[in-house]
Amino acid sequence: MQRAAKYTVTDQRFSKPQPEAAARLPVAGKPVLGIESSCDETGVAILRWEPDAPGRGLLAHALYSQVKLHADYGGVVPELASRDHVRKLLPLVREALAEAGLTPADLGGVAYTAGPGLVGALLVGAAAGRALAWALGVPAIGVHHMEGHLLAPLLEEDPPKPPFVALLVSGGHSLLVQVKAIGEYTILGDTLDDAAGEAFDKTAKLMGLPYPGGPALARLAEQGRPGTFRFSRPMTDRPGLDFSFSGLKTQVLLAWQHSDQGEQTRADIARAFEEAIVDTLVIKCRRALEAAGAQRLVIAGGVGANRRLRANLAAAGERDGFRTYFPRLAFCTDNGAMIALAGAIRLASGQHQGEAVEVRPRWNLEDLPAA
Amino acid sequence: MNLLAIETATEACSVALIHGDEVIARSELAPRRHAERVLPMADELLAEAGLGRHALDVIAVGRGPGAFTGVRLAVSLAQGMALALDLPVVTVSSLAALALEAPDDGEADSAILAVIDARMGEIYAASYRRDGEGGLIALDSERVCTAESLLLPEAGSWQVVGSGWATYEAVLGERLGRAPGFADGARYPQAVHVAELAAREFRAGHALPPEQALPVYLRDKVALTLVEQGKA
Repeated sequence: MQRAAKYTVTDQRFSKPQPEAAARLPVAGKPVLGIESSCDETGVAILRWEPDAPGRGLLAHALYSQVKLHADYGGVVPELASRDHVRKLLPLVREALAEAGLTPADLGGVAYTAGPGLVGALLVGAAAGRALAWALGVPAIGVHHMEGHLLAPLLEEDPPKPPFVALLVSGGHSLLVQVKAIGEYTILGDTLDDAAGEAFDKTAKLMGLPYPGGPALARLAEQGRPGTFRFSRPMTDRPGLDFSFSGLKTQVLLAWQHSDQGEQTRADIARAFEEAIVDTLVIKCRRALEAAGAQRLVIAGGVGANRRLRANLAAAGERDGFRTYFPRLAFCTDNGAMIALAGAIRLASGQHQGEAVEVRPRWNLEDLPAA
Repeated sequence: MNLLAIETATEACSVALIHGDEVIARSELAPRRHAERVLPMADELLAEAGLGRHALDVIAVGRGPGAFTGVRLAVSLAQGMALALDLPVVTVSSLAALALEAPDDGEADSAILAVIDARMGEIYAASYRRDGEGGLIALDSERVCTAESLLLPEAGSWQVVGSGWATYEAVLGERLGRAPGFADGARYPQAVHVAELAAREFRAGHALPPEQALPVYLRDKVALTLVEQGKA
């Protein structure tokens, strides 16, 4: 049934004007709303900042994925992504508030992804979030999407404490980051071409899997026989922590073109491809831990959901004496909880935005202030 | 009634506040700075009127058509405010708001063509007549098309407002068939008119929950599917 469109508005409901100074107060234990809209997922969460166990403060999270919308186009169409965020954001905020048993007036702050990402998509979450905070008279903070990802493991039991090294691997990023403290990040390695998740998707596409093929490729790899094909581990034969995955794609293309292109062959190639990516990531992680003198490794981003990657990194950790920390699968991919978390940490330290709705489609993680 | 209106669909960034019988507004030609300016402008207006945010009864928004990003900015801001304050939203056509930029010539059979340059060789357009009570009667439906293919209703005389006139004056002049009584290509939809039109709608009970206040783009084909690209 359609909701009644008619409202009765009385002036008596709000007798006390909101003191403007409230916007300057820190969060003070009140729940923070987190909004993520940087690409093709709309994520909303509500979190009360609990320094010792941030995961316990997570009161609600809701997500809408646009993957199906973009599948017909063979990739994310930025304008369609932005349009879908406008349609889905408020219903998700309502859903999260209901799950947490809260009303907007209970919120102590609002965090939204300010970048990096698609400018139009970012603007939807930033504008709605900033206006919400403005209307409530509570502080707002623009969050760096990748900081959200690398802090996501803090939402789990027994969270890692800095210093640690984080591997951020997704469709848009492949980063090795040294985390000295929250907000103090040094990029140890980056991809020179395709991101790890992008390599998965593109490789899947050239073997005829529909968009987004990465997760399907990983599933296919489970049926592949080890050792049937072998691809190189790019840039592991020289020092340095940067990645390059585009050559691997070419190797797969040649192998695929010269094969019988049967189902088992496709699985075998998927297996060899996944092993090459995972091995490369494991080798670079070990080097990064050594370079940073760290014993803790945090894995985040959509590719962090990959089973072989998780298993091999955990095994390498046991062998080499480092501990691995993975967020739950739902918090590997884009989500509002990680934005609420990163935002709550910064709000609790007194940081907040002015009234301008600001987004930064390009934003270097190293430019962030300490929290 | 206290109503706050936002309009950022085109080059003009504006906010208006109706409180009691008074309307006050801020407007700037601020390309690329809309996102920065809206909330500070709203603060200025509330301070000038001596109102707190919680004294607002309704949020009004120019829901397009116009620049996609600008339309979404206004709608997202309005949605966020309304959700926070538990208020309804009234959406107003940015073309209708633009039409009220034409001066009232007092002629009963005079029509207004509101026309925005939609880029890519097209215009957003709609025609209106004044209803004599400060409102508008739509003479056709708003649409996106080329200036050459614009079909217009019959009217005694025409007034033309909007950036579409600045870009397509010659072609539109031909479509009108005669020189317009008034024409200005440097007019933009303004929040003050969004506010005026919204106030009437609100009094008539036409308000929406904030999640149903959505942009109208008119241009809905923005990408080709794989099938359309011949790749699937």
